[in-house]
Amino acid sequence: MALGNETALSGKSKDRAAPRAEAALMPGRMRNYTLIAGLALLLAISWGPAEMSRFTYLVTDSGNMAEYASGFLRPDFTDWRFYLEEMIVTIQTALWGTFLAVLLSIPFGILSAHNMAPWWIVHPVRRLMDLFRAIHEVVFAVLFVVAVGLGPFAGVMALFVHTTGILAKLFSEAVEAIDPRPVEAIRVTGASRIQQVIFGVIPQVLPLWMSFSLYRLESNIRSATVLGVVGAGGIGQVLFESIRAFYYPQSAAILIVVVVTVTIMDLISQQLRKLAI
Amino acid sequence: MTAISVFNLSKRYGKTRALDDVSLELGRGEMVALIGASGSGKSTLIRHIAGLEAGDGEKGRIAVLGEVSQESGRFNRARRRGRIAVIFQQFNLVARLSLLTNVLVGHLGRMPALRGTLGLFNAAEKDKARAALARVGIDHLAGQRASTLSGGQQQRAAIARSLVQEAEILIADEPISALDPAAARRVMDVLSDINRQEGITVLVSLHQVEYARRYCRRTVAMRDGRIVFDGPSTALTNDFLAELYGEASEELVLPDAPAESPAGFKPANRHETPVPETV
Repeated sequence: MALGNETALSGKSKDRAAPRAEAALMPGRMRNYTLIAGLALLLAISWGPAEMSRFTYLVTDSGNMAEYASGFLRPDFTDWRFYLEEMIVTIQTALWGTFLAVLLSIPFGILSAHNMAPWWIVHPVRRLMDLFRAIHEVVFAVLFVVAVGLGPFAGVMALFVHTTGILAKLFSEAVEAIDPRPVEAIRVTGASRIQQVIFGVIPQVLPLWMSFSLYRLESNIRSATVLGVVGAGGIGQVLFESIRAFYYPQSAAILIVVVVTVTIMDLISQQLRKLAI
Repeated sequence: MTAISVFNLSKRYGKTRALDDVSLELGRGEMVALIGASGSGKSTLIRHIAGLEAGDGEKGRIAVLGEVSQESGRFNRARRRGRIAVIFQQFNLVARLSLLTNVLVGHLGRMPALRGTLGLFNAAEKDKARAALARVGIDHLAGQRASTLSGGQQQRAAIARSLVQEAEILIADEPISALDPAAARRVMDVLSDINRQEGITVLVSLHQVEYARRYCRRTVAMRDGRIVFDGPSTALTNDFLAELYGEASEELVLPDAPAESPAGFKPANRHETPVPETV
């Protein structure tokens, strides 16, 4: 019965779709050409400002590159203890930044879900989260370096603010997808709004929230490395300083430490995320 | 004293009149069935009595145990919450919480707010929740996640939750329509037992009139948002139902209905696997 309906339906829609597709064919093709021509024009205009004409240097000056890269070929691990210490500082920066972000994303995530709060709360909170998300961590880091001085704490704050913007949005989307019926059942027992959230909403979204948070921790370890470049401490700062001082063998060693650590952390976090669901 | 009184309640969703000037009184200690075909307004009426929805503005009033809970489309803000326990068609347990926690939730309305919010239930409350689970015969499953249980077990857990709530009124919205016949009978047995032993007023909406005849002395029948019958369940013969509902009466009667049902009245396997009407 259901199958019959379905086939009847698709048959009908095919009948109706055929003439429409034919009618739309010509303008559709025209539109494609216009889009391609538009894109070509944009690329042509951008050629000069992007200094694309220098691409020949890739070939003519490839010797310079090889020379520069050869500096990295013999990594120097003499100071590996120091690199490891700084790498751990970077991880600790990411850990605190993510932890604070998760903590704040719980209320913000719930307050920016349409099924939890009235629109006059949802919209302001969402716009604030948009702002947090729109500004890159590096920009926040520069800002916080000015405010709290050079060092990892500026990195913690930068990651914290930016990640809150991201996690609150993800958290609120999970909340909007819950089954409202258990919450209703808890409401009729006379439970308060907060109790409805704690006993009815959070158990439903917890696995997703944990998975999102671990993923952000993973990304934040990578971001924290970059933040070191603008003075927010950790291995990034050491890397940037050694590159600027032309200590290429040391830089190569640091890069290897970073890549290995990030890979290990990704693997651990992936396993944890599997456990969460 | 009346347990529930509904006066001139109307509710419109867009153009459909879900409730059309409904008035209804339930005395304390009664067990009343609310029957009607899909879309007749049973669920809507129950959601209004439960305080989950407010009626249309012009008139209409609902009082629970003598206290007005809503009037002219507005909730009484000072009303006491949690005075009515509600059982739902889809049980509405929190799937990832243990059965015990799901039942403990019934305490929330009557314990200090902060302790409830933190989930710090004391020993007495836990004992009461276990006793409620024992009352419905599933205390051995207390530690299991709600999602691992069968429909009938989940519905009995929902009843245990409402027992813990210590409400004097229990309303049930199609509590058995998602269950197989054996589980449905057990749930109805528990409901009627609670009504007799604890003296709790029970209003239960049913899809199948057979259960109304078997478990409730009084039946209220709805059609198109109006109450079309209110009287003894024994008066609900199949012929009377046919007169009341016409074609739609078929979905209200079980195949194993009593003698007055003409043989071959409807397809034999129609209700063997009841399907939730909203799915």
